[in-house]
Amino acid sequence: MLNCMIAGVGGQGTVLASKLLAEAALSKGLDVRTAETIGMAQRGGSVVSHVRMGDAVHSPLIPLKSADILIALEPAEAVRMFPYLSEGGVVLVCSTSVKPMTSAGYSSEPMLDFLKVNVKKLTVIDGKELTKKCGSVKVLNVAMLGAAVAGGLFPFDMDDMEAALKEKLPEKYWDINISALNVGKVMFYA
Amino acid sequence: MKKLLMGNEAIALGAVRAGVNIVTGYPGTPSSEILETVAKNNDGSIYVEWSVNEKTALEVAAGGAYAGARVMVTMKQVGLNVASDPLMSLNYVGVKGGMVVIAADDPGPISSQTEQDTRHFGLYAKLAVFDPSTPEEAYQMIGDAFDFSEKYGVPVLFRPTTRVCHSCAGVELLPDMPRKAPEGFKKDSRWVIFPRLTYTNHIKIENALKEMSAELSAYPPNKLDGTGKRGITAGGVSWQYVLEALSALGNPPVKLLKVSAYPFPKKLGQDFLDGLDEALVVEELDPVIEKELHALGSKVVIHGKLDGTMPVAGENSADGVKKAIAGFLGMTLPDTHTPEPPPLPARPPVLCAGCPHRESFLAVKEASSGRSSVYSGDIGCYTLGNTLDMVDTCLCMGAGITVAQGLQRVEPGVLHFAFIGDSTFFHTGIPGVINAVANQTDIIIVVLDNSTTAMTGNQPHPGLGRTMMGGSSKKVDIYKLMEAIGVDFITRVNPFETARAKDAVREAMEHKGVRVVLFEAPCIKIRGGASC
Repeated sequence: MLNCMIAGVGGQGTVLASKLLAEAALSKGLDVRTAETIGMAQRGGSVVSHVRMGDAVHSPLIPLKSADILIALEPAEAVRMFPYLSEGGVVLVCSTSVKPMTSAGYSSEPMLDFLKVNVKKLTVIDGKELTKKCGSVKVLNVAMLGAAVAGGLFPFDMDDMEAALKEKLPEKYWDINISALNVGKVMFYA
Repeated sequence: MKKLLMGNEAIALGAVRAGVNIVTGYPGTPSSEILETVAKNNDGSIYVEWSVNEKTALEVAAGGAYAGARVMVTMKQVGLNVASDPLMSLNYVGVKGGMVVIAADDPGPISSQTEQDTRHFGLYAKLAVFDPSTPEEAYQMIGDAFDFSEKYGVPVLFRPTTRVCHSCAGVELLPDMPRKAPEGFKKDSRWVIFPRLTYTNHIKIENALKEMSAELSAYPPNKLDGTGKRGITAGGVSWQYVLEALSALGNPPVKLLKVSAYPFPKKLGQDFLDGLDEALVVEELDPVIEKELHALGSKVVIHGKLDGTMPVAGENSADGVKKAIAGFLGMTLPDTHTPEPPPLPARPPVLCAGCPHRESFLAVKEASSGRSSVYSGDIGCYTLGNTLDMVDTCLCMGAGITVAQGLQRVEPGVLHFAFIGDSTFFHTGIPGVINAVANQTDIIIVVLDNSTTAMTGNQPHPGLGRTMMGGSSKKVDIYKLMEAIGVDFITRVNPFETARAKDAVREAMEHKGVRVVLFEAPCIKIRGGASC
């Protein structure tokens, strides 16, 4: 059983990211369950998707301390979801913070510091670099997936992800997303 | 090949394969995607309608069922409260075509005003309730629900919860079920509810409930398994949490009862209790299964919500259920310690950037500043005006206008504003306006018309001139409606025209009686082009 959590802020595309992972897993014949936060997401709230894949998946929600992978599109959200991370769990986090609507902002430094102390397998992806290389902040979610998949964390590869992208997105969005996938791969190994 | 489907999508596709002819409803999280998915998969043969409210939706569907059509109605659990008047009577009248009423419950709640349990409504209304545990089970069950409804000639309830509605799984799609065309309405006194008929049918209903309980004891989703002196029973998504917990605990031997359809399968319940010393009931919302087991009158010690073992409110979690089961089975769990994180930024839901409601609230706030004012709110995106200190009350759909009237009768010296959205206005706002005019109660009604039903995902409503069948339709005009009701003052303005917006509110404040300020500006989500 592989448990992957995708955390971010409403609007960052966590729902699409979880659907893409689920599609790829399903295409490999795995049993899949996902659970997403919907609705309040539109309005700048914290959002998290649970994606579980394996032989027999029961609960759609990942139990505490059971997430093998935490893909965080935002540093504070990575820390917020930390209680779900398993002992040897992997965290991929994008370094750029998203300021909450209702406060003056916060610093991502303490968040990244906390992760560096408490997560053995941590990869911090430079959000500014990633956005620059992708050409748009809108494909950040797919780029982070590219990093995770290229890192060999999932039982499927970049070709499976490309197929899932083509299944889920209209043709006009294929190019920018597939290149984002590859940017993620490059950033992971950088 | 399995298809990745959200629970709501699975329900919709299951209904389409079961040959549903009419689908009506009112948007409500977590149910809204069901009707939308039917509309997306409509080859033109299904009539799909977002109705004005849940009562209307149910009555329109009832008409179709009288004429032999298979009908489905969708709503969230509080919407069932609005539809309850026709539904309670409909059980006595009966239906010809199968009728499935989907009321989606929301344990937590995640986005609802109550933690009411539709299974309890089923008990009160004397209706069967189907309670799927997963998207793939929901897909199968919806066809069963239609057959069940037609067999007994009464509506049936179908109640998925948020974690079934909005969770995705691989679903094996099945071929269409055989269907026949609706035979049409046949005149008969059975369709007219009179006390004599109610009495006769009440007896039939009570007998049918016994038959249903017996039939459901042999219905595969209600399942008895395993042996032992200790037993665990659950239904809905809680069943999945039980399976998860047992797997994590190394599959200890235990007797298991899954309950997924009601009236409660008494025979199965009895078989479950036979030979047990203790039982644990794992369910969300009300202790429905728990009370049914108590009612069977056995010596088995039953643990659940009633004895404090399980939480009385809130949704279950895989972790909470695992703790409860470990405790029940006398197993110890390892201590877990999580390091204390730095203070995390709060992200409460707020109005979107560019939302016209922000401007409307500002106009009212500034115009009424210095005056003692109470702002009664209502259900919709504008409930989020609480972060702007512009929502003093909020109860249920359409209640802003009427609660304001009650407040006014106690404190006539205070200014009473009532905010209402366009979709909420059509839903249940109109009677409140008529009530104010007829009783001459001094209130200022602020209508927030953003040309959509926004909170639930931008569904259309009668003010837009657009239906779910494609093509255009008549627009129902809010301004003209208010004039026709006979309000004492009405003005309309674009809230983004800041000075004029404030003046409009000030002008309303200078008048007496029932005053209306109609703010008109489209929701930021649809400005780029509406989708239906």
